[in-house]
Amino acid sequence: MNTPVPVTAVDQSLLYPSVYKEFWQHFSKNKGAVAGLAFMALVVFCAIFAPWVAPHDPSEQYRDFLLTPPVWLEGGQWQFLLGTDELGRDLLSRLIQGSRLSLLIGLSSVVMSLIPGILMGLLAGFFPKILGPTIMRLMDIMLALPSLLLAVAIVAILGPGLINTVIAIAIVSLPSYVRLTRAAVMGELNRDYVTAARLAGATLPRLMFITVLPNCMAPLIVQATLSFSSAILDAAALGFLGLGVQPPTPEWGTMLASARDYIERAWWVVSLPGLTILLSVLAINLMGDGLRDALDPKLKNAA
Amino acid sequence: MFSFIARRVGLLIPTFFGITLLTFALIRLIPGDPVEVMMGERRVDPEMHAQAMERLGLNKPLYAQYIDYVGKLAHGDLGESLRTRTSVWSEFTSLFPATLELSIAALIFAGIIGLLAGVIAALRRGSLFDHGVMGISLAGYSMPIFWWGLILIMFFSVSLGWTPVSGRIDLLYDIEPKTGFMLIDTLLSDEEGSFIDALRHLILPAIVLGTIPLAVIARMTRSSMLEVLREDYVRTARAKGLSPARVVFVHGLRNALIPVLTVFGLQVGTLLAGAVLTETIFSWPGIGKWLIEAIGARDYPVVQNGILLIACLVILVNFVVDILYGFANPRIRHQR
Amino acid sequence: MPLLDIKNLNVRFGDATATPVVDGLSLSVDKGEVLAIVGESGSGKSVTMMALMGLIDHPGIVTADALSFDGKDMLKLNARQRRQIVGKDLSMVFQDPMTALNPSYTVGFQIKEVLKQHLGLKGKAAHQRALELLQKVEIPGAAQRLEAYPHQLSGGMSQRVAIAMAIAGEPKLLIADEPTTALDVTIQAQIMDLLLALQKEQDMGLVLITHDLAVVAETAQRVCVMYAGQAVEVGQVPGLFDVPAHPYSEALLAAIPEHSMGAERLATLPGIVPGRYDRPSGCLLSPRCPYVQDKCRQQRPSLDPQVHGLVRCFYPLNQEVA
Repeated sequence: MNTPVPVTAVDQSLLYPSVYKEFWQHFSKNKGAVAGLAFMALVVFCAIFAPWVAPHDPSEQYRDFLLTPPVWLEGGQWQFLLGTDELGRDLLSRLIQGSRLSLLIGLSSVVMSLIPGILMGLLAGFFPKILGPTIMRLMDIMLALPSLLLAVAIVAILGPGLINTVIAIAIVSLPSYVRLTRAAVMGELNRDYVTAARLAGATLPRLMFITVLPNCMAPLIVQATLSFSSAILDAAALGFLGLGVQPPTPEWGTMLASARDYIERAWWVVSLPGLTILLSVLAINLMGDGLRDALDPKLKNAA
Repeated sequence: MFSFIARRVGLLIPTFFGITLLTFALIRLIPGDPVEVMMGERRVDPEMHAQAMERLGLNKPLYAQYIDYVGKLAHGDLGESLRTRTSVWSEFTSLFPATLELSIAALIFAGIIGLLAGVIAALRRGSLFDHGVMGISLAGYSMPIFWWGLILIMFFSVSLGWTPVSGRIDLLYDIEPKTGFMLIDTLLSDEEGSFIDALRHLILPAIVLGTIPLAVIARMTRSSMLEVLREDYVRTARAKGLSPARVVFVHGLRNALIPVLTVFGLQVGTLLAGAVLTETIFSWPGIGKWLIEAIGARDYPVVQNGILLIACLVILVNFVVDILYGFANPRIRHQR
Repeated sequence: MPLLDIKNLNVRFGDATATPVVDGLSLSVDKGEVLAIVGESGSGKSVTMMALMGLIDHPGIVTADALSFDGKDMLKLNARQRRQIVGKDLSMVFQDPMTALNPSYTVGFQIKEVLKQHLGLKGKAAHQRALELLQKVEIPGAAQRLEAYPHQLSGGMSQRVAIAMAIAGEPKLLIADEPTTALDVTIQAQIMDLLLALQKEQDMGLVLITHDLAVVAETAQRVCVMYAGQAVEVGQVPGLFDVPAHPYSEALLAAIPEHSMGAERLATLPGIVPGRYDRPSGCLLSPRCPYVQDKCRQQRPSLDPQVHGLVRCFYPLNQEVA
């Protein structure tokens, strides 16, 4: 006859992979994201080790080799793999040097806007009566102008140059972080774990930074990645318009501005800097997409 | 619906004031002597300087200056360009149609192709077409459009000679600016072949300007369609035995278009930013190029009020899009 | 020949090695009969019926030895042929009425769609019939309701509209997937009564998917109990409730709060339903079954006829009871 036998249930949570492993599993499935990561790793490497990786000094002018084509075209030289510009400077070295600038601008502008952005978003979310709407109205006004125009306006006041470019881009990216943080915070504030923390006596700073903020990080990380790529694009645009980094500093956009006159004679001076911008931004966007897909649990369950 | 509109209008007012505050602050923050900044002249002698200070109201406290500024704006006095000595407003209105024409052309291009590509990509999810659309649109908003413009010029204008390099129309033609829209004006004029010429001038800048909106609209349409196709009511429609075409277009697209509409409208902001770059590359005589040249030439009245006008434009368009969205979404339409 | 005959239905998402969501399911429904399918969330009950309706999309793969409805082999039909049956002879009412209706179109529009598609009704005739349908599902003020949008209706009303759409084609078999789970308790009884009244009146077959055993006892003639994608017991309604043959059925009945009156804890089985990563190699219930033996852990039992119906167990309970 059947007699009931005491059964111990298996702890099923042990069978599921850890959070980081699961994240990497999802992320690595996205081939584009991995390719983006690989490319960016290359760019970062070039940026950090630029002086050793670049074959020449980016500012050295080789008077005998003005507008040399890249090595695979007729007239190309092996010492100038990607050719030279109108002043005889090696293009490859300038592009490598430029990677330093682009990464620097991207990183500093993201950090400069992320921290105040998160703070303001947290405040707006936690104080929705007066402080919140005030902050949001301010952000709405900032968002009323297209970001490039606002950046142009800021640079118009402050004057051209690298630092002002970073400041302008940081200011312009601020509203999106504030909005994102506030939306995420307001979503989380209604959840039970926040109520539980409040009841347990959590102080406001603790509630803000330890209880709620970590759960809002996913969209923020994705936004930070995308801001990084916009920063590079905007800095290049400002450089192209003559309002950003000034020549002879080899910022990719600035290089394009002086190359305009040579589209008929020396297409590589035009194409290659732009191509590097495109590939870098593409790589970051691919990574951002991969991040978003891997971090967003809703999308994880979609086929 | 009414309260929805009323609230939106209510938001407009403080936003407008905020913008005026912003542009007011903009000019005050420029380093250097304010008289020199405003007048564009260097080394003004002390007496004239004092007179200018008086005339420009620079002696008054800041808030009074702000009130003066707003007062002038209310009367339509937006100052004079330092270079041309014509009023900022008249320069704006004469140059704006060019930008408008370019923007509309770009939006039509982006809208039609973007919508189609997005819908097909969603229906053929995972296929080569889908990956292609996603890849191209990713590249589209990853690329610097000023570079893209240069590349297209290199290819189509310089190598192939199909399109001209710059301007709105060949200098040979003498077209009377009746509407400000070159396409319409050329049709109205008697000059033969001018319409085609205007079209050839418009194509490349429109494509360049429309590239980013195209990418965004295609992506948005695709993801919106995919989300809508997962909705319960689409499942119900299929369970009713309706044809796939009906399910997709009647049930799916109708709802998928709602968020796409907002994105579409918000692209206006991107368009204006892009116009600045596109007009610079193609020497297209619109407000973008006007603004950049003014900044370079330190023509501050133009800079200040040009930015103001553009910002107001963007706010207005966003407002209209908001209202249209309200009409499209039945839930909002029926709110009391 | 039963109205609906399903033999060995398998549904998996992914490739052939993926864990099946529905595993070897067999059941049948006769004309005019009410069959209930019960099981926990995730047991595969909804997916079974969606597979029948042809609503399983990529990457889902549906295979079966037989899937016949009204004499037609559903596996062999092309998409257009299937669409002639679905929504007309075979229709479905879903769980959440608030999201089942398209928010951008009126109720009337959505009902008339079915009428046009399957009965060829247009214009005034369609309008009249739509009105009659709304009245049949007991919606007050039917004429005004035809012009209403879904967000203007309550949950109960929306479900009535959904039922109206489902019976518009005069179906031979109606599938109701947890039709009252998302509704208020007071409305639940009304909707169930409506469904049963319609079923009797139209002599429809009704497949009622639910996790509420009380409803099953009151309404169904036969019941199919599902666990982790498999049918574990299929039997007559009063019989299964009085003498359950499968340990899981017994556990389900024991878990009803009324059966634990006076006890300190509710009677439950330890453990949880196996997920993707931890399907046992033997009987799926073996990690939790109070009657488990060695054979259970090593082999998978098949669904076999026993004394009172079909049971998937090597050692079915209550077999002595006639």
